Amino acid sequence: MSSGHDWPLWEVFIRSKGGMAHRHVGSVHAPDPKLALAHARDTYTRRQEGISLWVIPSNAIVASDPADSGPLFEPAEDKVYRHPTFYDIPDVVKHI
Amino acid sequence: MPSLPMIEQDQVRHANTSPDGGAFDAPSLIRDDPYHDYLLRLGDDSLVLGQRLAEWCGHAPGLEVDLSLANLALDLIGQATHLFDHANDGDGDRLAFHRDVLDYRNCWLVEQPNGDFARTIARQFLFSTYQHILYRELAGSPDAFLAGLAAKAVKEVAYHRELASDWTIRLGDGTEESAARMAEGLEWCWRFVPELFEVDARLEALIAAGTVPDPRFFEDEYRGALAAVLAEGKLDVPADQRPILGGRRGHHSEHLGHLLAMMQHLPRTYPDARW
Repeated sequence: MSSGHDWPLWEVFIRSKGGMAHRHVGSVHAPDPKLALAHARDTYTRRQEGISLWVIPSNAIVASDPADSGPLFEPAEDKVYRHPTFYDIPDVVKHI
Repeated sequence: MPSLPMIEQDQVRHANTSPDGGAFDAPSLIRDDPYHDYLLRLGDDSLVLGQRLAEWCGHAPGLEVDLSLANLALDLIGQATHLFDHANDGDGDRLAFHRDVLDYRNCWLVEQPNGDFARTIARQFLFSTYQHILYRELAGSPDAFLAGLAAKAVKEVAYHRELASDWTIRLGDGTEESAARMAEGLEWCWRFVPELFEVDARLEALIAAGTVPDPRFFEDEYRGALAAVLAEGKLDVPADQRPILGGRRGHHSEHLGHLLAMMQHLPRTYPDARW
């Protein structure tokens, strides 16, 4: 297998069943959107993995810079009160 | 490696016990029955094309295309498995692996060598378009087995047709080289198209009984569908050539024997091997 490398890269997302969100599963090379869907289908849904597919040009994704991970993510580390489990629920409160 | 039986003993045993006709190691599995023959025609088309597509495994232009072609192959081999199991009381492998070339009933188109990628796509486009229309019609058969098989397979084949059409359009409307190769592939395969619509006495009997569709009734639809895709791919419809017929009666090109030799070698050399 030689070529294929001159084809653009597409990110593949699969919805595993109704009500679930599409999840990123990997990527494929393909010359255009329709064949990207076909390649995603043939590469990632051979074992009944999903009921819906998205493909998105990889270069359309805007990604955070790993060098910025300090200012972006570390401030959340000591904000435990943002988790619902931080709070004690009174026994009288039902159905929560 | 599995433990394999001694080849010489097997050959002697089979040679001493095999009757006239059929493969050297098995009696003829062909029955004088149009329905049985029809099962073989459908099954052999699928099996032989599936085997051809499987030859691309590891060689296709790109990992994704490799998987695409292997998926088509597996769909086709699955169809053949159902057809052969039905035709041979649950032992479909016997029909696939212990039948000689003259007992194969596939059309010439599917046994043609892969050539380059464009010729493989041309072959697939011509066959899948035909098979899709045939199975769509066959799904309405009063025969429960054929109707059930066709209803399941028509979804697989719809995808094959779509994929082959997409590639035909892209190669035709691609670069100068891809367009030339696509045109060459179509030109090469075109003489095998009339056989798809040939009706001989055996098929006529099933058509008259209302069991299977008459392919002549959808030849116009077929040729119209081809022309539409070719136009989208900026490709010319090839000029009709002298048709090549005979596959349904066991007359094949020199290529099928080599394909069967590769496919059947292991189970015929070591009939008791398991893996």
